[in-house]
Amino acid sequence: MQLLTVSQLNMYLRDLLDADDLLRDVWVEGEISNFSRHFSGHCYFTLKEGDAQIGAVMWKSVASRLTALPVNGEAVLAHGRVAFYEVRGQVQLYVDMLRPAGIGLLQAQFERLKERLAAEGLFDPSRKRPLPPLPHRIGIVTSPTGAVLQDMLNILRRRYPLAEVVFAPCRVQGAGAADTIIDALYALYKTDVDVIIVARGGGAAEDLWTFNDEQVARAVFASPVPVVSGVGHETDTTIIDFVADVRAPTPSAAAELVSPDIAQLSDDIAQLRTRLETAIAQRLAGAREAVARLKLRLDLRSPESRIRRDRQQIDDLMRRATAMLERRLTLARAHLDGARGRLAALSPLATLARGYAVVQSPTGALITDASQVSPDDHIEVIVRRGRFRARVEPSASGDGLSTQSASIPRQ
Amino acid sequence: MLYLRLQQIVEQLESGDLPLAQALALYEEGVATAEACQRLLDRAALRVRTLMDGIDQLPDATETGA
Repeated sequence: MQLLTVSQLNMYLRDLLDADDLLRDVWVEGEISNFSRHFSGHCYFTLKEGDAQIGAVMWKSVASRLTALPVNGEAVLAHGRVAFYEVRGQVQLYVDMLRPAGIGLLQAQFERLKERLAAEGLFDPSRKRPLPPLPHRIGIVTSPTGAVLQDMLNILRRRYPLAEVVFAPCRVQGAGAADTIIDALYALYKTDVDVIIVARGGGAAEDLWTFNDEQVARAVFASPVPVVSGVGHETDTTIIDFVADVRAPTPSAAAELVSPDIAQLSDDIAQLRTRLETAIAQRLAGAREAVARLKLRLDLRSPESRIRRDRQQIDDLMRRATAMLERRLTLARAHLDGARGRLAALSPLATLARGYAVVQSPTGALITDASQVSPDDHIEVIVRRGRFRARVEPSASGDGLSTQSASIPRQ
Repeated sequence: MLYLRLQQIVEQLESGDLPLAQALALYEEGVATAEACQRLLDRAALRVRTLMDGIDQLPDATETGA
């Protein structure tokens, strides 16, 4: 037997409760009573069920997250940990989440997980990746049986047969299903898929529960490639819908989201071809224009224009030569006229005009000495106008000859 | 992938300022690529590969309510 002080006992009880796993993370269903909100913001109440009750504390930080504070008599699901409050020697529930009991335990768990993962950043919009526009390989995680897989394959076959599907089968419900999904995901992460679809057909909320599993959510979060969730019907929402990069309302919608339509693709290619033709036509037109411009510049610098210029120069030179020649001729002509004038001045004719005559023998020799002739010789006399014959007469002085006019034959 | 190459070619050609010879070569490649793309589309058939055939050994592989 051991004697304990009160505080020793209470400390022992506290440690005892703290060491219990169940009490650290527990959902308690009950009815609110004695609800009071302290001025500090902390809330105190009792959870009752039949004759049983337990004191509960809800800190201000938890209470402030509630859309409405609970009222007495309200049936709730409270989550939290159970601990021993040594000051009062009471066992208390420290509530960190409060949900109306009407939504059910599963839903309350769902809300709690969602809040926790959101706070951790698993749903952060900034880490959502865009889907690859033209995926080569599409990973699919779903059940190998059932219509869902075939529906998705049919859609991919019709819309986008270019892709290769890498199918990682899993179980989508029941105990252990979560592990098969996680295994399937990680098996796909080791392949070179460009995008992954996690899908399950519609079903009851409990059937979809596997997709609210925290470890499944974390496995999806770890994906190296974009993940599309397509779980259940349009109205169903699971945790992995929030973690996935893209949420599709159904498996078929997920298949359509990852696959471009081949008809659209065909149109795109045709359009690209048109753009190709337009671009090359423009380029060619540009080149043609450039050639035309160059040709114009070439023409401006062609030797033909130089030849034309040279020819003009030749014409100029010719003109100048001709002018020069003409000037020379005029000059020569002037010289000639002058010479002719001087010549005329020197001509005997002028002397003849003054009354002198030229006497010649019949042979044409000039007679300048009387001794050159004898009487009766015929001589020829040239005067300014015409000539006539004469005969030499004996000179009156006797020592010479005188010229007598005799018969003057007309010539 | 061919489609991306085609897009690249068209954009490159549309940006202009390529030497003519290069532009023509690109154009030829573009036409060939477009045809190859179209052929691929015409002949494509979805291939499906399954990982981990061991799934059959798992109990309760049947999905209900789908």
